[in-house]
Amino acid sequence: MSPRTGGAARTGQYAALVCYLVFLAFPFLWLISTAFKPARELGSLHPTWLPEDPTLDNFRQAFDEQPLLRAAANSLTAALCAALIAVVIATPMAYVMARHRGRLSTAATGWVVISQAFPFVLVIIPLFLVLKNLHLINSLWGLIMVYVVWSLPFALWMLAGYVRAVPPELEEAAAVDGAGKARILVSVTAPLLAPGIVATALFAFITAWNEFFFALVLLKTPEKQTLPVVLTHFLGAEGVADLGPLAAAAALATLPSLLLFAFIQKRITGGLTTGAVKH
Amino acid sequence: MRRSPLAAAAAMTATLALLLTGCSGGGRGTDADGTIRLSFQSLAWQKESVDANKQLVQEWNRIHPDIQVDYVQGSWDSVHDQLLTSFEGGEAPDVIHDASDDLADFAYGGYLADLRTLLPDRLTEDIPRQSWRTTTFGDGVYGVPFLQEPKVLIANTKILQASGVRIPTPQRPWSWPEFREITDELTAKGRYGVAWPLKEPVSVTLNLGLSAGGKLFHRDADGKVTIRFEEGDQVMPETVRDQVNADRSAARTALGMGGSDTLPGFFGGRYAMVPLGFSYRQQVVEQAPEGFEWSVLPAPAGAGGLAQGVSPQTLSVAEDSPHKKEAVQFIDFLLRPPNMVRLARGDWMLPTGTDALADPSLHTTENGWATGAALAGALRPAPAQSVRGYPEWKDKVATPALQEFYSGAIDVKELEERLAGSGNRVLARYQR
Repeated sequence: MSPRTGGAARTGQYAALVCYLVFLAFPFLWLISTAFKPARELGSLHPTWLPEDPTLDNFRQAFDEQPLLRAAANSLTAALCAALIAVVIATPMAYVMARHRGRLSTAATGWVVISQAFPFVLVIIPLFLVLKNLHLINSLWGLIMVYVVWSLPFALWMLAGYVRAVPPELEEAAAVDGAGKARILVSVTAPLLAPGIVATALFAFITAWNEFFFALVLLKTPEKQTLPVVLTHFLGAEGVADLGPLAAAAALATLPSLLLFAFIQKRITGGLTTGAVKH
Repeated sequence: MRRSPLAAAAAMTATLALLLTGCSGGGRGTDADGTIRLSFQSLAWQKESVDANKQLVQEWNRIHPDIQVDYVQGSWDSVHDQLLTSFEGGEAPDVIHDASDDLADFAYGGYLADLRTLLPDRLTEDIPRQSWRTTTFGDGVYGVPFLQEPKVLIANTKILQASGVRIPTPQRPWSWPEFREITDELTAKGRYGVAWPLKEPVSVTLNLGLSAGGKLFHRDADGKVTIRFEEGDQVMPETVRDQVNADRSAARTALGMGGSDTLPGFFGGRYAMVPLGFSYRQQVVEQAPEGFEWSVLPAPAGAGGLAQGVSPQTLSVAEDSPHKKEAVQFIDFLLRPPNMVRLARGDWMLPTGTDALADPSLHTTENGWATGAALAGALRPAPAQSVRGYPEWKDKVATPALQEFYSGAIDVKELEERLAGSGNRVLARYQR
């Protein structure tokens, strides 16, 4: 390839990348723009990218009408706890699944994949009855249990992939040097799995943070409701919406996920790379 | 009540035994001191409406220390699934806010209390018979209809006045043919006479079809329902189709829109009129540009006069509620005429109650209240809401058929074959 064609190809790649980023970012940018538009601009026939007369009224109204901070705190509690518990449970299970392969392990992996296909409505009524008998209806802990159970299969499947990417020879070498099984796991395997654990935790966090239906059904009192449930309070019958406050509240609801991504982006990238390398 | 993880784990262990024995706690809905505790799930969502509901709950709680009501916020978006789960789990709210077209499954499923012996005479007599029909399934009454909204034409006053067309009133509405002529007259370069937001075409078509004498669903002497697409049923759909495809006086792009989506075009002068629910006036008031003049006109009339179908908002009581009598007392309080007016104004809708409807504040010309109030007497139960199999017919047969018809893809004969021919096969499965 000549330098000239190489430069053109690179320009094309950057152009494609910019287009892709714009495509990905469009809904979020539009949401932010909408959140700052006054009601009359929302009803304009010629919508503008930037609000002509930006206002914080939508945010004020959103906070005035709904307990967004309390709902965000509930969501954060549920999502963080669910992510933490799911990772703590999934990590040793994934290790066993990845290292001790046999019929049982294959069947378990198959079941994990199949269980992801169950629709929520199929499990919600039996689940509701179980939680009712456990007196965990209208309890954040009940919801956390559900989120853990719901995210566990995929977390398990994801982490098992990361475990397989850790060369068994490293563990064997540590064993030859006299390290016990527990020491090997803690000192050799766990550090190598760290990026995978972070990525899995992030997945569990975002799943729980965005989840709506379980939270709607299981949490009854306003004090317990999570952010996705409270956001629906800006919607009326037949899809009518209080668009400004809804956009403002939704924009705020996306912030924790974005911040979390920004904070641990490097670790995720590392984790993905780790999973991709074949040893 | 907050639970620690330890308590949750302990509860899990302890209640595994409960699961096996099927035991459950007692004294549901009653506090330790004997105070009755009711939960009221409201679907109010607009600020004024939520405020009105909460204030009324507070007033009730103040004057009824022995019967306390907890306000629970629900949402229209997912109320059916949420209620179904709550009913199955025996955890439904005592007082349930919903819409009459959502009640049939719950009523036939035995989840809602039959209110006939519980309702006070005052309430029974205050609400007209046609409204009660929306919540009557079989022999029972499973909800109190309290708010309703007709479809109206929201019009750009300046365009209408400049065109010199006759302005319709509830006493002298436009006929369907006249409406077609007028939208043609109002159409100009860059402007359509009307925009029909028909993203969900079925209920609009059925409800407005009543004005032309359409009925579509016919109940035989044996109680079975058959669909017949007769002359009256064709008037409204054919008018819309002709406006879109022949006259070009209705915007084709609006066919796939929801009501709110048409408002920017309406404010921008692109559409002279938009048929919308009465409560959309609130959005118009909030979003219309400074100086924009608009008015509320009655929907066109035909052989059926101004009749149109509605599915009122309702208040029901869960069959599982241990305090049905008290729940109905609360409903009666909530729906006393002055309170019903507060709820109606909060939701920008019309009350069903005769006394509430007579309130002067609902007869002002401001924001079209008077036009809506004048239409209240012509509102009827939506044609199909008690027909079993209707949801499947609506989703699988009628929605695609009407969408194709309105866009000009199929003719009226094909529409009839799909709505009635295929439709009756669907209904037959539910009526064996």
